[in-house]
Amino acid sequence: MTKMHAVPTIPPFERFYEQHRVEVMRLLRRRLGGERADDAFQETFLRALQAYGRLDHAEHLRAWVLTIARNVAIDTLRRSQPIAGPVDPPVEDERPAYEELAPLTDGLPPKERAAVVLRYGYDLPYDRIAFALDSTPAAARQAASTGVRRLRKRRNLQ
Amino acid sequence: MTISPDLDRRFREAALALELVDLGFDVVESPIGPLFVAASHRGLASISFDARPEAHLEKLARVAGPRVLRSPKSVDATRLELDEYFEGRRRAFDLTLDLRGLPAFTLSVLRELARVPYGETTTYGALAAKAGHPRAARAVGTVMNRNRIPIVLPCHRVVGADGSLVGYGGGLDIKAKLLELEGWL
Repeated sequence: MTKMHAVPTIPPFERFYEQHRVEVMRLLRRRLGGERADDAFQETFLRALQAYGRLDHAEHLRAWVLTIARNVAIDTLRRSQPIAGPVDPPVEDERPAYEELAPLTDGLPPKERAAVVLRYGYDLPYDRIAFALDSTPAAARQAASTGVRRLRKRRNLQ
Repeated sequence: MTISPDLDRRFREAALALELVDLGFDVVESPIGPLFVAASHRGLASISFDARPEAHLEKLARVAGPRVLRSPKSVDATRLELDEYFEGRRRAFDLTLDLRGLPAFTLSVLRELARVPYGETTTYGALAAKAGHPRAARAVGTVMNRNRIPIVLPCHRVVGADGSLVGYGGGLDIKAKLLELEGWL
């Protein structure tokens, strides 16, 4: 496949880890508190490491790892509240990575929101989104399309 | 916001245990100064007298893969053998080597270099001849200069035809110290 534009090469994982670990930890502490954040931190970077060798370009690595962290946080909350219903959408309190889509997608379930933002805000292919969501490309496509349908419905109601 | 050293260590150990690391590295202390050391699951891939990781990571990632992570445990075997060598208790290394990506000529020269015994020296010309390229002394010099695994692949044991030390990637004083340790100087 011919690349239409030059893309940055994938940095050695050490560099990627050093660059993003503080921000990942900040996000996890806010969502999970100190103790659970430590385990979630390790899981986030292990998931990232697992997928890292299969990345084909180095664009949007920050958005990618923050999405993994959000998903690990959601999984952690689910595990600790086995009987509770769907997890509330997390409070969007970090630096606005998805400036335009953030207000629009506010209130969507977390996975749908992540899928919509990564697909339409960052133009990531579904296989990359699937890595970030720890899911399959088909499920990522499904989440994005359900999210978009939900947004359309909401707009029609307004 | 800091990541505790304990959490950082646990992550690095888990990554290695789960075999998610293409190449692990660390800085190893030695009597000749700190050394950058990197190893893959295939074996020892790099030793450098320039101990700054940032000087090596990109280049190594191109050969071994992008999952390059600082990981003290991954170079434990090398650290142990180097310690023994510098204490004078080891005369030959038992480490397996990861020489991926090197051209055939370089490999043939390094294979001969590995046979030069502890405490002895050879010359660039003699090494070239043994590798089957008797007129390639200069090219052998280049291979020595680019040796990714000095000390273990003993390019310090290669000297000029007149016995002068000639050159060394880590500097002539380090070459002299290694030969002194081995009792040649």
